[in-house]
Amino acid sequence: MKYRNFKKMIISVASGKGGTGKTTVATSLALSIGGAQLLDCDVEAPNSHLFVRPVFEGEDTVTMPVPRVDEDKCTLCGECEAICQFNAIVTIADTVMTFPELCHGCGGCQAACPAGAIDEGKRTIGTIQHGRSNGLDFVHGRIRIGEAMAPPLIRQVRSRINLDVVAVIDAPPGTSCPVIAAIQDTDFVVLVTEPTPFGLNDLELAVETVKILKIPSGIIINRSDIGDGRVAEYAARENIPVLMEIPYDRKIAEAYSRGEPVVQAFPQWRRRFAGLYEEIEKLVAGRK
Amino acid sequence: MKIAVSSKGNSLESELDARFGRAACFVFVDPNTMSYEVVENSENLNAPQGAGIQAAKTVADRGAGVVITGNCGPKAYTVLQQADIPVITGVSGRVKDAVEQYKNGELSPSNGPSVDSHWR
Repeated sequence: MKYRNFKKMIISVASGKGGTGKTTVATSLALSIGGAQLLDCDVEAPNSHLFVRPVFEGEDTVTMPVPRVDEDKCTLCGECEAICQFNAIVTIADTVMTFPELCHGCGGCQAACPAGAIDEGKRTIGTIQHGRSNGLDFVHGRIRIGEAMAPPLIRQVRSRINLDVVAVIDAPPGTSCPVIAAIQDTDFVVLVTEPTPFGLNDLELAVETVKILKIPSGIIINRSDIGDGRVAEYAARENIPVLMEIPYDRKIAEAYSRGEPVVQAFPQWRRRFAGLYEEIEKLVAGRK
Repeated sequence: MKIAVSSKGNSLESELDARFGRAACFVFVDPNTMSYEVVENSENLNAPQGAGIQAAKTVADRGAGVVITGNCGPKAYTVLQQADIPVITGVSGRVKDAVEQYKNGELSPSNGPSVDSHWR
């Protein structure tokens, strides 16, 4: 899937480790740009809306194609089973069984069926909601409980990107498929970390990931006055800019616990986040 | 009738593999003669998902009349059910002993999967 051919930047906010401050950064960054769009792609646990508090204007169900077999036409030849890499369809005894929850929706079985016995059914994987708040355009996805496949839903959330404005993506934590789906083909990745051994370990994994994806990145060190200096040393060694340091401040934690974005609770942070955006713009422009 | 036993090794002396879908192999035993053949399950062992489904397919295609194993998940169970193959779970020890127990009528088929799906 291609996300290119846009005019404005798409900035993703990611982290190896969970709980480092992705949402804090993503919401505050989006709110300080002005007329931007925020997309919460952490579809397994979306929480940006708790801070942005948008008025939701609509909700759409997202589905994935799954095979539907017409047993009367089926000759039990087994071609569908042979092509399926996910064991989602199997011929057994005198019938064909499908396992929709294992299906990746590629359509291979339908194409391979010589009898034309397979057509497209649907499986609901989640919902997408959109709304507005304080001039911010907001979109998030919410995966159906029990559903395992986040990437197709994340791609659907991303299909709502408005190319005319700057988009900020709040990515899921980790470095697995959902993260790749959220950050690939964005213009810049902000990696949020904390100066602890866990933060550093998972930051290194995240840096390896963005290197493979060839996306320029910068680091934000949250709770920067705890832990040690090894994250900063690592950043210097890897030649990755440290874009911002957020201290371990009780007032910031209190605002967070009330669901207030940092930039709304503290005007001085609005200026810093606006500066962060300018810095990212420069870094991306410098690369082109 | 052949008995399919999930096994860690390729003989009657081998230890029964508690996992059905990701068993190392299946030993198909003729209970009357105790002759046997071995079917490797290496492909399913490394499958990212749906190992139980394919393992059930394997034993069904090879004409198993009954399956003896440790645990059987819901997907493998439904496939075996569709093929009309009873599953006996909760068995451990050597393959040979499992077959002897079956012959002595000490084992009875389970009426549902013994474990939850890995998937959800």
